[in-house]
Amino acid sequence: MDLFFRLLPEAWPDWLRVALSATIPAVLLLTFMALGPIVYVYVERKIAGFMQDRLGPTRVGPYGLLQTIADAIKLMFKEAIYPTGADKKLFLIAPCLVVLGAFLAMVVIPFGGKAQVADLNVGLFYVVAVSSLSTVGLIMAGWASNNKILLGIVMIVGSLSLRDIVIAQQGGLTHWFLFRYFPLMPVAFVIFFTAGLAECNRTPFDIPEAESELVAGFHTEYSGFFFAMFFMAEYTEMFVISAVASVLFLGGYWSPLPNHWLQHIGPIGLGPVWLIAKAWFLVFVMMWLRWTLPRLRVDQLMYVAWKVLLPISMVLVVAVGGLLMMPATRNGFIWDRRAALQEAARTGHGGMRVRVFRSGARTR
Amino acid sequence: MRHPSGGPRGSPVSTEAMSSGFGWRVDDLDTDEMILNMGPQHPSTHGVLRLELRTDGEVVRAARPHIGYLHRCFEKHAENVDYPGVIPYTDRMDYVASMGNSLGYALAVEGLLKIEPSPYVQTIRVIMAELQRIASHCVAVGTYGMDIGAFTPFLHLLRDREKILDMFEWTCGARLLYNYNWVGGVSHDLPQGFIKACRQFLREFEAITYPELIDLLLKNKIFIKRTANIGVCPVEVAVSYDLTGPNLRGSGPPRDLRKDAPYSGYDSYAFEVCVGKGEFGPLGSCFDRNWVRTVEMAESAKIVHQALDRLEKMERADVHEKVPKRVKPPKSEIYSRSEAPRGQLGYYVVADGIGVNPYRVKVKSPCFTAMSVFHVLARGMMIADIIALIGSLDVVLGEIDR
Repeated sequence: MDLFFRLLPEAWPDWLRVALSATIPAVLLLTFMALGPIVYVYVERKIAGFMQDRLGPTRVGPYGLLQTIADAIKLMFKEAIYPTGADKKLFLIAPCLVVLGAFLAMVVIPFGGKAQVADLNVGLFYVVAVSSLSTVGLIMAGWASNNKILLGIVMIVGSLSLRDIVIAQQGGLTHWFLFRYFPLMPVAFVIFFTAGLAECNRTPFDIPEAESELVAGFHTEYSGFFFAMFFMAEYTEMFVISAVASVLFLGGYWSPLPNHWLQHIGPIGLGPVWLIAKAWFLVFVMMWLRWTLPRLRVDQLMYVAWKVLLPISMVLVVAVGGLLMMPATRNGFIWDRRAALQEAARTGHGGMRVRVFRSGARTR
Repeated sequence: MRHPSGGPRGSPVSTEAMSSGFGWRVDDLDTDEMILNMGPQHPSTHGVLRLELRTDGEVVRAARPHIGYLHRCFEKHAENVDYPGVIPYTDRMDYVASMGNSLGYALAVEGLLKIEPSPYVQTIRVIMAELQRIASHCVAVGTYGMDIGAFTPFLHLLRDREKILDMFEWTCGARLLYNYNWVGGVSHDLPQGFIKACRQFLREFEAITYPELIDLLLKNKIFIKRTANIGVCPVEVAVSYDLTGPNLRGSGPPRDLRKDAPYSGYDSYAFEVCVGKGEFGPLGSCFDRNWVRTVEMAESAKIVHQALDRLEKMERADVHEKVPKRVKPPKSEIYSRSEAPRGQLGYYVVADGIGVNPYRVKVKSPCFTAMSVFHVLARGMMIADIIALIGSLDVVLGEIDR
């Protein structure tokens, strides 16, 4: 926002600059998010086709590129059918809530050093809160509880702001949280990603829309544009979960190698490219899993969630908290301290992570 | 529909302070068992099958299958057409494995006429029956994976089924309902180059599809979790409900008509009878039935290889040589059985010795008996497991209803 504010000519009145600097990123983001699913659906169909030894869409446009656009247009012009006896208001609010929940989370994702719509100081909790909005839409509450795993990172960084979390991972692969605190953080990543899969109802947790048992569940009741909204929400949420996972564990908008030229081409920062690339890779993993794995039964899902993932994440939180208390492990274990020591030798003081930790320890 | 044990709801309740303060009464909450109709349009009942489930929440207390939506009077029809005219009708019973149906009927009528086709024809019949078994099990295992939620193995298997259907089409012109096994022969000789194409298919199947299927589906932890403890059919239950074929073998006993009462020269082929092992749970579970089907595909491929070896050494012969001009058996009756992909398929044919139509044709269908055990196995299951159970019994409604 600040960036746009400064870029706009100073001759313009302040109120216009404020209004525009708020509107432009919002429109850009909304366009990216709204058009994203069209790409994701096409890509998913092509990936599924590749995995299943068939072609996927080929007819509409070159390589079937226009297939999802055609589908979207078709869905928009279809009549919206309401089931008899349904509460019409609730029936219409539900898809809106789902889409809203998916879109709102995008506000705090830092796409680059400056490219972030809002840097909320409680960014992480905000993401957890709004993404459970769509869960309310699906009436499957309780998933957000799995995100206790995020506390580990919050404790390391000492801040809930997503930007601070990204900044704490500056300096290449070895600084990403995925590769720090070796057994702890990778496990945390796996748990977070699994919970994310469940949160956006992807295989193996696609129980609400189980095709064989429930015949696509609530999707059967919706038609036309409202059906499209559920689709949009699902794919948007996939991207959001992946983006948050990249921010938390894969170094956000930092390049894998701490080279300047990987991060900037001249004055243009490549942050958004890196973040979107990482998020898209995770989206691909989600698609990959969908076309590989069978589906869990509902009680097995509950077992996995409450008796496996939740206890492990609790233990992880306690473990990380305890380790941070001890000076020897404050900056990580011996095997990932090399990076911290090199950093300290280079910069001449305690290293970046310590700095961030201390600065974060102050109440913001 | 309210279950009789539902309690006094409907009658005026005592005005005692049961009010919860939210505008509803604790008493008004309906915690009855619910009757849930699954099917006949449900995609996972594998045909037009209606299941009446009495559910308590997610748990099925009792299940009752309703069949008959696909009843086409096969047995009555058979009394009104001549003996060869019944063959196209048999194709339409188990439409996933038509070759096996017509083979069984041809064997029955040949038994009435006391003729035996030439070894050349018998070898062709074995090849066709075993290819059909592979194709049928491809559908069974593939759709079963889809019932559990794994979509990809289904398409891999249908890809290979497609190759088999191509070979059938090449041979007799039809892809689903072949009218191929005639009384005393087969309708068409194998085309030139069939052996080579068939070997090519078997190589691809054994090298790619089969191991991929095992890795992708049957060794998948989630798949095992969903199937290994579900629908356990002990061997006593399996025998007392007359399960046959892979459903019986999944429970342990190695009973296979190709070994026990060989026909078409099956006794001269070397193959194993696959049985369930109970590796991941109790013996006779959904997983075991499915495992038997999967391994049977590889065994069938072995048989086809041997049959192709024989065919290469044989002279081409007239496949219509033993086909009678007029089928009119003497007054007699026969019960002839064969091992169709879904189990023991029996034909009881009565000839009156007067007309050219059979006096009576009665079919003992393997799917019908498999469906009869359903209500025993389904009790106490969760609804998602009902889908897994139907798929593992591998019923084809066309054969149940006939």
